[in-house]
Amino acid sequence: MPDLRDMAWIDSAARAQAAADPSAERMVINMGPQHPSTHGVLRIVLELDGEEVINVWPDIGYLHRGDEKIAENMTYTQFIPYTDRLDYLAPLANNVAYALAVEKLLGVDVPRRCKYIRVICCELARISSHLLGIGCYAMDVGATTVFFYAMRQRELVHDLCETLSGARFTTAYTRIGGLMNDLPPEFLPLLQTFLKGLPATVAEIDGLLTRNRIFVDRTKNIGVLSAADAIDLGLTGPNLRASGVEFDLRKAHPYSAYEEFDFEVPVGTVGDCYDRYLVRMEEIRQSIRILHQAVERLPDGPWHVDDPKIFLPRKEKVLTKMEELIHQFMIVTEGLNAPPGEIYFSAENPKGELGFLIISRGGGVPHRLKIRGPSFVNLQALPKLCIGHMVSDMTAILGSLDFVMGECDR
Amino acid sequence: MKQLTPVAFDTRMEQRDVIVTRLDAAIDWIRKSSCWPQPMGLACCAIELMASGAARFDIARFGAEVMRFSPRQSDVMIVAGTCTYKMAGITRRIWEQMPSPKWCIAMGACASSGGMYRSYAVVQGVDNFLPVDVYISGCPPRPEALLEGFITLQKKIMASKQFGNLWSPDPAPVDERLLKGPIVIRGE
Ligand code: SF4
Repeated sequence: MPDLRDMAWIDSAARAQAAADPSAERMVINMGPQHPSTHGVLRIVLELDGEEVINVWPDIGYLHRGDEKIAENMTYTQFIPYTDRLDYLAPLANNVAYALAVEKLLGVDVPRRCKYIRVICCELARISSHLLGIGCYAMDVGATTVFFYAMRQRELVHDLCETLSGARFTTAYTRIGGLMNDLPPEFLPLLQTFLKGLPATVAEIDGLLTRNRIFVDRTKNIGVLSAADAIDLGLTGPNLRASGVEFDLRKAHPYSAYEEFDFEVPVGTVGDCYDRYLVRMEEIRQSIRILHQAVERLPDGPWHVDDPKIFLPRKEKVLTKMEELIHQFMIVTEGLNAPPGEIYFSAENPKGELGFLIISRGGGVPHRLKIRGPSFVNLQALPKLCIGHMVSDMTAILGSLDFVMGECDR
Repeated sequence: MKQLTPVAFDTRMEQRDVIVTRLDAAIDWIRKSSCWPQPMGLACCAIELMASGAARFDIARFGAEVMRFSPRQSDVMIVAGTCTYKMAGITRRIWEQMPSPKWCIAMGACASSGGMYRSYAVVQGVDNFLPVDVYISGCPPRPEALLEGFITLQKKIMASKQFGNLWSPDPAPVDERLLKGPIVIRGE
């Protein structure tokens, strides 16, 4: 592995190759970090033999913002907005995963209504993330229309987020032990209209891509990853399932009342770029199913834990009662009083398994917070997928992996 | 800001379909209506940048839908996202590859000031190494705010008068604010 930070390395490598390869068939080129077909700032150094890729070195870290270090300097609740910006295509799902992780540390269980609302959040995030993923993927291989159809629906998800939390996509909607607020009354009708319109868009995208000759030719049998390789590389999410491994954390270790929902886990057969596309499409349809069930069976009752040491008391009480005022003061200034311990919690995010490892020494601030970003692990498969393909297939492979650098570099 | 009157009709020439205007006005008008952006999508704000390009907000209404990923074909760099130290040099290099005249929009809190990332890895504002024309606040700014920022930039381009100084100072009223220093748009 060469030192990729050394920009001069490319020159010297090229010179060395020129000596070894007098007919000058081989060359080293640099792709990114600023490049239209990368989802974020990823630099890839390619070694080519003619048009064929014979070596790939991904270089990450261009979006390393120090999230984990920042987490050590603030209370658990203060870190919630930062989780929005991990996988910024699915902020709601990140919020839920983080809240669940801290709740596991605290050992609290939220009421059923809260769980259902969180399921709605997760599935909305999944839909919006996959829509954008497929839209950009199609744009990378040359079908721009899909992007506009997908973005049209995504705007409706943004509208839903706005009713829910007031922000278009940096939602910060969950709180430890509950939510920012209960579902606003206008949310459910809006969600139902959205659910009514979505299958048409999915069918439209389906019609534009699934049997599109150009799309199929550019993705079928490109970037094949076998099930064994996918497991060895630690892939999760749709990329793993496209390789034929039926593993979904929502089924394997159900959290947040997922065991009460009826849905299928789509898997691929070949593990190529086309399968990864098919799996994502099917996941959107399954998410619609889950959302229908969640809306139908949404329980009434409390939507946050009834523990003033964890969840902020209502404002009316804070203004009138001394005890509540003290609780509010303690939570805001010192944070929740977490017990010492070490936990790992992971949730099935649109991109894969998003995990949080929290090491607590007691008090309101984590001693260490490690984030397992699925994109980071999924990107490991890049050399395996690309070697042996043409350089123009790179865009299809990158698009089909559907990674987000915010979560990869953190 | 008062509307400039860049176009004048001369009755003697009307039959021959001639319009008289100042070179400045014509060139600035052409420049402002076909600003090709260089989308430096670095992080989350890039998603809102994409949304501005898509159907609902449609940046094409302002002549800026041609996102060019090659710096040599673009006029305005929209820095959307968190700029880390690792990325800063590359951003600057891309800026230098853009041909003049060129403008720069810092979209979002991160690009303007480092935003919520006050950490060891993040440059606290791209104005440390780029001459920013318009700052847009918000985390992320709504697409409407980006559009407003862009419209403001267009006004600035119209007011720039690249050729005005060749002759005499121009009598047309100019909003001084547009020429002096950067402009801040509230976008949250
Ligand atoms: S300003 Fe906010 S949304 Fe924009 S890049 Fe920074 S953190 Fe992300």
